[in-house]
Amino acid sequence: MAELRKKSKNSQSLPDRIFKALTFASALIIIVLMAGLFLQLVWHSMPTIRKFGFEFFLSKQWDPVNLQFGALSSIYGTIVTSVIAMIIAVPLSFVIALFLVEIAGPKVRVVVSQALDLLAAIPSIIYGMWGLFIFAPFMQDHIQPFLGKYFSFLPFFKGTPMGIGMFTSGLILALMILPFISAVMRDVFQMVPPVVKESAYGVGSTTWEVSYHVTMKYGMQGMLGAVFLGLGRAIGETMAVTFVIGNAYTVSASLFDPATTIASTLASQFSEAVSQPVFKSTLMELGLVLFIVTFGIQVAAQWWLNKIRRSSGGGL
Amino acid sequence: MKKRPVFMRKFTDRLVKVASVIAALVGIFFLFWILLVVVTKGLSAFNLKFFTDISLDGEKGGIANAIVGTIVITFTAVILGVPAGLLGGVFLSEYGRSSRIGSIIRFSSNVMMGMPSIIIGLFVYSIIVYNTGTFSGFSGAFALAIIMLPVVLRTTEDMLSLVPNALREAAMALGAPRWKVTLHVLFRAAKTGLITGVLLATARVSGETAPLLFTSLNSYYWPAEPGWHFWQFFNSPTANLTVTINDYAMSPYAGLNSIAWGAALMITAGVLALNITARIFFREAKK
Repeated sequence: MAELRKKSKNSQSLPDRIFKALTFASALIIIVLMAGLFLQLVWHSMPTIRKFGFEFFLSKQWDPVNLQFGALSSIYGTIVTSVIAMIIAVPLSFVIALFLVEIAGPKVRVVVSQALDLLAAIPSIIYGMWGLFIFAPFMQDHIQPFLGKYFSFLPFFKGTPMGIGMFTSGLILALMILPFISAVMRDVFQMVPPVVKESAYGVGSTTWEVSYHVTMKYGMQGMLGAVFLGLGRAIGETMAVTFVIGNAYTVSASLFDPATTIASTLASQFSEAVSQPVFKSTLMELGLVLFIVTFGIQVAAQWWLNKIRRSSGGGL
Repeated sequence: MKKRPVFMRKFTDRLVKVASVIAALVGIFFLFWILLVVVTKGLSAFNLKFFTDISLDGEKGGIANAIVGTIVITFTAVILGVPAGLLGGVFLSEYGRSSRIGSIIRFSSNVMMGMPSIIIGLFVYSIIVYNTGTFSGFSGAFALAIIMLPVVLRTTEDMLSLVPNALREAAMALGAPRWKVTLHVLFRAAKTGLITGVLLATARVSGETAPLLFTSLNSYYWPAEPGWHFWQFFNSPTANLTVTINDYAMSPYAGLNSIAWGAALMITAGVLALNITARIFFREAKK
């Protein structure tokens, strides 16, 4: 037996073994990078972790002059903008997927899918410029005064309409993650076996009833995976948000107010932080927070998508 | 299920159908709005100086150095990221398809694909810029390569998995070693898919800004000064389009804003052209 194994190992020629080792090493790079990313961020955030401890997450102080920092405003802004984006993008993506799979003819489907692909391909900084110069003034002049006039009993829509701020950022984020969520949802829609849908149609269900009671229940895990993929993108989106959120280190209930997110703090503060070890370490710790949150979201998304992939045997 | 009158059910169905058409139109509407703005504002910034002068002169200058810098940085990223991605994809598809380490690598690359690019920028800052003590174009290319790697790896795996096993068996039966089978038979069979994957990954990173803020930064000079000081790419900040857009768009000067729009049109056109080329290429080859 031992001899046999030895022989079979020798039957692989040297170039073959080198080739296999090379491919294995290349594949391993990805794990090394992920681990290295985590360790580097931890290492470089140690000074701030030691200095501020857990207080860091509860303080909204942001004072580069006296080097007193807290993450609360960044975390708050990240959560609020992502929640706005998800509230808008998830239902829209669901009905777009429904449109692509159940309603549109083959030609329309191709055109709309490609338009959404292009929307996803536009670089983030272009969304930022368009948001700052075109969309924010539009919000300021038309949408925000309207909301402020009729919905001012809600605490979210109080305050001066400035165009920039959490509300506008959330809307732009929604637009940016829409193509990603709807693409995965479309695949999930298509995974439902026709027999299941046809039986529902057979007992007299409408398209909406089939989608809501059958497709959505059947593909729930895939839908959740799609939602979490979108959430991961919204949380880490940088340039578009940096342009339109206003970069104010405050915690305000009004969505019209300028704020900041973890990613936009990193992008806008870094040039000032380079020469200040404590400041830089603060940004590294914010990066570490973003890494851990994104990692968790991705794990959840992959877990759900893997489950549905396995149960439907491939695709996606 | 609750019993509801038929007209209510039909009404709800209609309502949702109308909403779904509107939702699709909203997506298309914003696509055209953004493209329209970028094209009209961008075109008005175009003139000869825009393409030939460097950004040293601010409002009176151009962005020639940034165009060259973006091309050099992206090209270097392709050279760094694509071979490793292709080989890693070969491992997943040919050697580790159902192994434990294979699924760990697959999982890791899915997670890395969802990592915000700004985190990759911080990482490369901490391993290259921090240790060498200088921002450099090369560190920017390195960051973009890290972003490309998982994308190329996963598409390579998917494309190679589509090649039927009969092809592998036929080549192996002729006595071809595994590496030859992979490089000469499988790569050829999956060529279109692989090229599409690389083009899409390139399109994605060429529009990246956030990682470059921590690595390449920006400069008002040529990526390598005339006289070919090659090492400048490795030891000094390098001009590029996206960071130029970032700097100029935030500026209070209208002239610089206009140049930023021109640069925005350049980068959008470049990214979308790559993207569309990849898709057409793939569709034609499929026929």
